[in-house]
Amino acid sequence: MRWRARRIARRTFLVGAAAVAGGVAFGVYAYKRTPSNPLLKELADGEVALTPYVRVDQAGVTIITPRAELGQGVYSVLAALVAEELDLAWGDVKVDHGPPSGAYYNGKVLEEALPFAATDHGMLAGGARVFGDVLGKFMAVQGTGGSSTVADAYEKMRVAGAAAREMLLLAAARQTGIAKADLKTRDGAVITPDGRSLSYVSLAAAAAGIDPPADVKLKPESEWRYLGKTMQRIDIVAKSTGTAVYGIDLRMAGMIYATVRTNPRVGGSMKGYDAGTAAKARGVLKIVPITGGVGVIADNTWRAFRAASLIEFDWGPAPYPATSAAMFAEVAASFVPERRDSRLKDEGNVEAALAGGGAMEAEYRVPYLAHAALEPLNAVVRLGDGRLDLWTATQIPLFVVQRAAAMTGLRVDDVHLHAQICGGSFGRRLEDDYVRQAIELAKALPGRPIKMTWTREEDMTHDFPRPLAIARTRGAVKDGKVDCYDLAIACPSVGASQLGRLDMHIPGPDVSIVAGAWDQPFRIPNYRVTAYRVPELVPVSSWRSVGASGNGFLHEGFLDELIHAAGADPLAERLRLCWHEPSRKVLEAVGEMSNWGSDPGKGRGRGLAFTLSFGVPAAEVIEVTNTPHGIKIDKVFVAVEVGRVLDPVNFENQVQGGVIWGLGHAMNAELTYADGIAEQTNYHAFEGMRLYQAPTIEVRALTNTDEVRGIGEPSVPPAAPALANAIFAATGKRIRELPLNKAIDFV
Amino acid sequence: MRLTVNGKTYEVDVEDDMPLLWVLRDELGIIGPKYGCGIAMCGACTVHVDGAPVRSCTLQVGDVAGKITTIEGLGSPAAMHAVQAAWVEHQVAQCGYCQPGQIMAAAALLSVNAEPTDEEIDQTMSANLCRCGTYPRIRKAIQTAAGKLREHKS
Repeated sequence: MRWRARRIARRTFLVGAAAVAGGVAFGVYAYKRTPSNPLLKELADGEVALTPYVRVDQAGVTIITPRAELGQGVYSVLAALVAEELDLAWGDVKVDHGPPSGAYYNGKVLEEALPFAATDHGMLAGGARVFGDVLGKFMAVQGTGGSSTVADAYEKMRVAGAAAREMLLLAAARQTGIAKADLKTRDGAVITPDGRSLSYVSLAAAAAGIDPPADVKLKPESEWRYLGKTMQRIDIVAKSTGTAVYGIDLRMAGMIYATVRTNPRVGGSMKGYDAGTAAKARGVLKIVPITGGVGVIADNTWRAFRAASLIEFDWGPAPYPATSAAMFAEVAASFVPERRDSRLKDEGNVEAALAGGGAMEAEYRVPYLAHAALEPLNAVVRLGDGRLDLWTATQIPLFVVQRAAAMTGLRVDDVHLHAQICGGSFGRRLEDDYVRQAIELAKALPGRPIKMTWTREEDMTHDFPRPLAIARTRGAVKDGKVDCYDLAIACPSVGASQLGRLDMHIPGPDVSIVAGAWDQPFRIPNYRVTAYRVPELVPVSSWRSVGASGNGFLHEGFLDELIHAAGADPLAERLRLCWHEPSRKVLEAVGEMSNWGSDPGKGRGRGLAFTLSFGVPAAEVIEVTNTPHGIKIDKVFVAVEVGRVLDPVNFENQVQGGVIWGLGHAMNAELTYADGIAEQTNYHAFEGMRLYQAPTIEVRALTNTDEVRGIGEPSVPPAAPALANAIFAATGKRIRELPLNKAIDFV
Repeated sequence: MRLTVNGKTYEVDVEDDMPLLWVLRDELGIIGPKYGCGIAMCGACTVHVDGAPVRSCTLQVGDVAGKITTIEGLGSPAAMHAVQAAWVEHQVAQCGYCQPGQIMAAAALLSVNAEPTDEEIDQTMSANLCRCGTYPRIRKAIQTAAGKLREHKS
């Protein structure tokens, strides 16, 4: 009854997770209450709020899109969900992030932390997902991440739109005396049978007095006007004309400018500093010590930068091993029983299968990686008159507000977060370190708006990177088939590091150590995936596709080796091993798209990889040419299963972007440490992909399931292994460490 | 010190060695050009001086000799430049932060080369970094804009 023991272990984990909330009963009780509408307390004169997502004033309807716009297009897709049901004209749609509120909790963001594969539709897994939703609501996690935005919003924001429409229809029925059933809606107005048009604006005040209906009927898909069709992104004109305003662009009366310099050994102390010269530099208003360093406040950002560069610092040592070599040594030493974190997959008898002789083994490595979003971290802050105003982009608005309140001694209600769009994040803005620094500056110089901007160098050297990892893999083949795969991954815990900074802890195993590896839909007779948790080294955090970002390479690299050793075809053998029908369809599609099996031509090679992450099966085939100047990536074919494509252009853009993200870092990017300091301080040393290296990328969406999924991350994990496997096919060289340019050149 | 930006003349009192970027952004409030790296590696700060693309993050304001055009001067939401219109048509932007620099680089390329080959586009545009990975759309948008500009001329 081994499986039963495993199930019980899982149950134990769930109870452990529940303990975070301090009591399940109250959690469920709180969950069942409808959160109050946070818009109601902030309405200006002449504004009404029909649901937490719909605000109306004399100028029209504003849809609240309460997730961080990081570039992934959430403002547009969330607005479309409401606009579809509410019947607005797309060109009239306005959006606003709205206030931070538990009403905007994300019920899906915790799903990835559960120890159930996305392909697991068993009762326990289903129950756990409901529990994740309860926990998300109870803990009021208004988070953006985990490719969860669309999955979470798909029903709830359409319902919000439909409910608001129902209220407007009822208001129109009362006003006109016409039965509600005889009224229609179109482009922001209720239409009477005789063709009169009553605008939503004119009905809003009356509608606001009507209770939102408990049940609404959603439009059938066949009647969709926007969803599933190409829509013009709401921000596209602004972002094409330089008129989009990011947090870093804000200007306000009396604003002053600042930067910070803290110990580049992340988390290290400042023993002392000499700002004698800096203080005399032109434009400098104040130099103040902050946690781990100083802030420089000036009348211009560049003057603050320059003054900061004139300060002499005496930094304390790093609270972690000083070099990359020492860190990798710690990882290598972590494959020991006392550091075992989980063994979520254990099928057949791996040890017996390996004892049969002919076992293969290998070691794979992935490095630390920086987020390095193009907009350096920044925040505008003003403290005074009993309130704190924050203008910044964040993926965790409620945490930011609560922690800002604690820092300043203000009530949460007196902390006002004005959410901004940002120039990329890739997970970096799941942290609030930069906001806290800005608040420290505001405390030192209250009463004026201060815009704090990090230099690129501060950004690169103070990242919480994607962790490094080592995989030890063993396996065996039999009769031309993969018979045994034993994968052990040692990696620091993103969950422990990241939640630790928010004063929380994860009570059970950290699933992210093996995400994208333990949960793959393959049936190998002897198959085991073990996680070892490396003690914290450099503090780490979520990076686009999180655990799967490295594990795709670790899992698929060695699987490709086993398939090669078996003398099997990489596509045919994966199909034979794959039990999950939607995943099989994805593999078949990418095979067809790439004309798999045909001769790629002289000096060329084709590689395949598959990763199921965030519930999305994604298969990629990459074609490369081995040129005299190095490897050239010619073409990428991607097939993914997402349930629904809500916006085809944005969908393609996200998938292509994920592929380029995955390939660029796989080619040439790593963060290394010397003397406890990241050695890559700017883009000259952390390159990623440039335009001339970008392959053509053909994307196909499959919609064979009813599970609506997000697509911001799932195309990342298979990119690196598909490239490495293509390089093997073209050159015979098996590269087991990222970045690949340590072993081979790229054009 | 006197500067001409987008057809307007400004008097500024700044150090000669302040990069043009920070004069534009913090002194004049022209925020289209973006700060990304400060060492001319990413191109987000690209503006034109007398029509030629320059990296305003490393060009000292004292060395500016010519008329400056930023993305705001290239076109506006109501009257977009052909490159901007192509960027909208192809929905290039994701986060959009690099796009003012991309658009200024593309506009400068097309002003001297009306019919760039794929290779010329690759060479010129590879000096501008996009972390979101919008490169496939940038390529297409430049070809569309080139076509439109040629139509206007003929």
